[in-house]
Amino acid sequence: MALSREQIAMRVARELQDGYYVNLGIGIPTLVANYVPEGMEVMLQSENGLLGMGAFPTEAEIDADLINAGKQTVTTTKGASIFSSAESFAMIRGGHVDLTVLGAFEVDVQGNIASWMIPGKLIKGMGGAMDLVAGADNIIVTMTHASKHGESKLLDRCTLPLTGAGCIKKVLTDLAWLEIEDGAFILRERAPGVSVDEIVSKTAGKLIVPDHVPEMEF
Amino acid sequence: MAGFDKVVNSYEEAMAGLESGMTVIAGGFGLCGIPENLIAQIKQMQVKDLTIVSNNCGVDGFGLGILLEDQQIRKMVSSYVGENALFEKQLLDGELEVELTPQGTLAEKMRAGGAGIPAFYTATGFGTPVAEGKEVREFNGRSYILEESITGDFAIVKGWKADRYGNVIYRHTAQNFNPMAATAGKITVVEVEEIVEPGELDPTQIHTPGIYVDRLIVGSFEKRIEQRTVRKA
Repeated sequence: MALSREQIAMRVARELQDGYYVNLGIGIPTLVANYVPEGMEVMLQSENGLLGMGAFPTEAEIDADLINAGKQTVTTTKGASIFSSAESFAMIRGGHVDLTVLGAFEVDVQGNIASWMIPGKLIKGMGGAMDLVAGADNIIVTMTHASKHGESKLLDRCTLPLTGAGCIKKVLTDLAWLEIEDGAFILRERAPGVSVDEIVSKTAGKLIVPDHVPEMEF
Repeated sequence: MAGFDKVVNSYEEAMAGLESGMTVIAGGFGLCGIPENLIAQIKQMQVKDLTIVSNNCGVDGFGLGILLEDQQIRKMVSSYVGENALFEKQLLDGELEVELTPQGTLAEKMRAGGAGIPAFYTATGFGTPVAEGKEVREFNGRSYILEESITGDFAIVKGWKADRYGNVIYRHTAQNFNPMAATAGKITVVEVEEIVEPGELDPTQIHTPGIYVDRLIVGSFEKRIEQRTVRKA
């Protein structure tokens, strides 16, 4: 079975460490916040200028002056700080954020990522994604392994305009956990019940399959 | 106005001197912390061919989106746009130009512009369409692109509280691009929710020192929410 959105978030959450400052992108990455292990302290960075992002507010707590990068109303956690966009991107660009999780359209064996622009469709912009991928050392890309039409999103070379070049080392799809090393994807884990053959058939880019590829457990 | 007193008493006075063809830098992220009354004044003035530098372009009928209604904007410099149907239409019709700029690069362009730094190198955008036509230079084995900073004829800023000398404090994430915008305008206009006397704000807490501020006005704000997300109490 392919991983559900929640299982993708749960698997990413296993990469968290106590004391991590983490930036979560819009969509599935946001769900990771729901699976922070018990007893672990993690602080969420929102690139519009908030470190220590909390849950959504109650109706009574709603404050138009307190939003996240998805423009959603949020709250702050204890120990939070708020700052300007320049300060926020100094943290990001300066490599101070421990983990960044974001979605993508395509990733390739060189660690290139395309996530913001599909030629011919309306281009809304890259927001903070280019800064995030350029600034972070530890990035996890979450996406489906193949498109709805069955086309692989794990390629030898991205076909869409890039968000960043040579910056991705870890990819979690609905089928597999992969690392990128020396111009190839390395299959590290597979989703429960998903065969290595299925992953091989849906991976267009060069893929190295170790002798043993454990199944993820949930 | 006398001495360091920056207070003006009307929005006409606040935006006096703005002309067609000028560049305006605006604070705000989405609809949060936007100078909504100063934007409304620009609409009132009907100046055209503006270049607007702002992370976003509001929504249909609110924020910078209202300047699209009479085609007052010629060019937007933003990181994310298209939350409004009118923007999309004018872009596709070729009436509007957009220069998409990574969010952190946009913030730094304003910061550097206000700080007298004409350009800077950043890894952001290297190897992407953003790098096209830009100088690339290697430092310590990594490639960076040269980005030019931005200044504006006007900067329009939304603060929370200010004293009459133009020392400004922002509230929560309504801060966002406002402090950088405030430094980067030839004429910087700040609108706030409350103006107090000099000495009433703690100097330690000031975000934007009054030296950057030319005009200050108190207004009332709708503060529209773009994505109202709640949890059960």
